[in-house]
Amino acid sequence: MSIVLDQAEIARALKRIAHEIIERNKGVSNLVIIGIPTRGSFLAARLTKILSSLEGVEINSGYLDTTMYRDDLRNSAPRSLGRTEIPLSGVHDRDVVLVDDVLFSGRTIRAALDALSEHGRPKTVQLAVLIDRGHRELPIRADYVGKNLPTNRNERVQVCLSEIDDLDQVKIEGRA
Amino acid sequence: MNRHLLSIADLSKEEAVNLLDTAAELARVTETPVKKLPTLRGRTIVNLFFEDSTRTRISFEAAAKRLSADVINFSAKGSSLSKGESLKDTALTLQAMGADGVVIRHPASGAAHRLASQKWMSGCVINAGDGTHEHPTQALLDAFTIRENLKEPSGDLAGLNVAIVGDVLHSRVARSNVLLLQKLGAIVTLIAPPTLLPVAVNTWGCNVKYDFDSDLNSFDVVMMLRVQRERMEDAFFPSEREYARRYGLNAARLSLLNSRCIVMHPGPMNRGLEISADSADSDKSVIVDQVKNGVAVRMAALYLLLGGE
Amino acid sequence: MSINYLLKNLKDASGKRIELAISNGRFVEVKDAAPDSEIIDGKGLTAIPGLVDLHTHLREPGKEDAETVLSGSKAAAAGGFTAISAMPNTNPIADTAGVVEQVFRLGISHGICDVFPIGAVTLGQQGKILSEMGAMRSSEAKVRIFSDDGHCVWDSLVMRRALEYVKAFDGVIAQHAQDPRLTHGSQMNEGEVSAALGLKGWPAAAEESIIARDLLLNEHVGSRLHICHLTTIGGVELIRWAKKRGIQVTAEVTPHHLLLTDELARSYDPLYKVNPPLRTERDVMALREGVVDGTIDVIATDHAPHPAEDKDCEWAAAAFGMIGLETALSVSYKALVESGLMRFEDLVERMSGAPARIGRYEGHGSLAIGNEANFTLVDTATNWRVETPEIRSKSKNSPYLGLELPVTVRHTYLRGKEVFSQ
Ligand SMILES: [Zn+2]
Repeated sequence: MSIVLDQAEIARALKRIAHEIIERNKGVSNLVIIGIPTRGSFLAARLTKILSSLEGVEINSGYLDTTMYRDDLRNSAPRSLGRTEIPLSGVHDRDVVLVDDVLFSGRTIRAALDALSEHGRPKTVQLAVLIDRGHRELPIRADYVGKNLPTNRNERVQVCLSEIDDLDQVKIEGRA
Repeated sequence: MNRHLLSIADLSKEEAVNLLDTAAELARVTETPVKKLPTLRGRTIVNLFFEDSTRTRISFEAAAKRLSADVINFSAKGSSLSKGESLKDTALTLQAMGADGVVIRHPASGAAHRLASQKWMSGCVINAGDGTHEHPTQALLDAFTIRENLKEPSGDLAGLNVAIVGDVLHSRVARSNVLLLQKLGAIVTLIAPPTLLPVAVNTWGCNVKYDFDSDLNSFDVVMMLRVQRERMEDAFFPSEREYARRYGLNAARLSLLNSRCIVMHPGPMNRGLEISADSADSDKSVIVDQVKNGVAVRMAALYLLLGGE
Repeated sequence: MSINYLLKNLKDASGKRIELAISNGRFVEVKDAAPDSEIIDGKGLTAIPGLVDLHTHLREPGKEDAETVLSGSKAAAAGGFTAISAMPNTNPIADTAGVVEQVFRLGISHGICDVFPIGAVTLGQQGKILSEMGAMRSSEAKVRIFSDDGHCVWDSLVMRRALEYVKAFDGVIAQHAQDPRLTHGSQMNEGEVSAALGLKGWPAAAEESIIARDLLLNEHVGSRLHICHLTTIGGVELIRWAKKRGIQVTAEVTPHHLLLTDELARSYDPLYKVNPPLRTERDVMALREGVVDGTIDVIATDHAPHPAEDKDCEWAAAAFGMIGLETALSVSYKALVESGLMRFEDLVERMSGAPARIGRYEGHGSLAIGNEANFTLVDTATNWRVETPEIRSKSKNSPYLGLELPVTVRHTYLRGKEVFSQ
């Protein structure tokens, strides 16, 4: 097991992503930050907090559970549902930033795009992830990446966040 | 969770709470403009009804459709008890049709168990009421409704006092609720004339009373059971009038319930027999909620049974 | 053509070394064995008198897809029986001399097992008008036992008259004790399990109340009363009380009621659906005790064959009954001998000597010199597994499928002729 990001590095990565989001969208007025449960939700909340302190305004944010939209449900035991909470502003005509912890096959994001479309038609959908570990199975890429982490398929990337885990840390397991 | 939902006895407390939590989340999602989830797209669910129950069938049908499953309604009029097509032949037909899940309502106790335990078909089986045995999804939606009204949005029913009143002997709703509500920590009291209680009811672990009027204000939930008028002919009680007087929820009893107590009924109601119109329509009544919650609970059951595989 | 044998190196049921000489279909003294006797080495085998069943349902006439006199006889021989008693609930019902003679002659013509027909007590087993029991007695079938089995003779007056009437010819009334009103639609023993399963209960009192009534009636009229298939503690206690009081009564129990309990219904598998129903562990223990102390005179199979479709369905839709001829000895042995409650020779007495006496089946139930050579050789040291293809009965509704049981029947002889061998 080796540690890939520590607490300070995670904080720095989020701050950098926040700046990139502001730059790319020329401000935050049309933004909606949507986290994908479980850990994507906490990252989205942190990102929202950074953005609003940088810009001095409230940012619309929420969560979007993708479980019921997955196309690989049959491969595993049914999982408990995460929470879905779309902000009152809605997502229609907004610049939506989806936030997740790890980008891997891309199937979660595909499911998220489907789930999101049930709630309206955003102007743009962007993707922010803390870790991009490669091995995409779908034509999906992230707009904002905390860290690119080349991995083997059989390795396990574990993101720990202090909100539910003991500490902030990203580690990789199963590395030979 | 098991591959089938046949009896509450097969669920652990954790599984039951997880099912209720899943239902709660699905209820929230389906309250938004999202009416349909793609979860069970391409899956076939058969509603196999050997007994008329439009309410239960519609509830399961709505649940399956909101999960994008294909739904086939198969009502076999006149059960195999009256020597129509046998349960076995029906099951073989369903297997040939490639049913992933079968929701079965049947007048014979144990019919769902038979469907699940014989090697007639491979799909998962949901018991939607078997004879006088069980009706697990009804109990789950009742527990959901109780929790929604009286407890935290998540967790169990610890400490709640629930009265189940009426024809316990013939009630599959009562059997499932006694198992589930006690599993979730509620204190259950059965109230009925002794003729309408099983002789071994003392093995169920709940309180039993013959008198509806004592300690009425101690209950958080009063669940009334449907009484079939035909029971009178088998000498279970002398007359409808006497039954209604001794075991019906009327205005006088309603006024003695405590302020937070809710009134439930699995339907269809015999207004004027086990429940008076003013009780059924009072602000304590959550009977309409029960119907509404049925869809979310059945979605959760379908998802948890068929979502994996 | 008669064959003479000399069987050596045998043991009897008590374990004593014996030899059996058979000449012209009868047991003879070894010293009188015919010089041309075939010598058979019976090493490892135990000789017991052929078993006698007082309670068998053959389905001929009327439902030959479930069982015939022939298939039932083969099953009986395989189970070590040399005599069985055919219950009258066939179609037509055996309530006339004509039907009982037909069944009797079928048994004789097959020559595998003696088939003694039981006559119906009432016309059509309707419980109203006495059948012509005298004519059945005088017929070629010489009917000794009368029963409406499957139904209870419920009307107290009809029961009284039936008991009285058969005194004229030493008949027995075998009562299926079941109050029909208390058991209308009943599916299984009424208790904890029925309450949980939502299956309509069958109270013990429905059986015991009829037994009590019939005991009192027979105390009054002094006839021969036989109570079929006891299943409850209360039933055993009533019989024990009656015998102490001097009331003339005999009682039977089935092997399945000595081994199985209502807990098995939790599977909802109708293989365990039987009339009278399986009861509780406490009842099973009381029944075993009743056999041991002699309160219960005989073990009878209540062999009840049903075709697959009558069991391959919901519990409530399924037929009552289980087959038992081929497993009776093994199951009873398991319940009573293996459990240490009873000696094997006493079990054999309950399954052979006692039933032969109740039925007046001369020639059965004993290895005595001069008696008909109706006997069975069993291997008490070898277990066997109950498997569907091995079952000789036309119906396969055995609750013991897949189970391993003690005591293997090796050979069965009827009047000196080998009718079964494995
Ligand atoms: Zn009987």
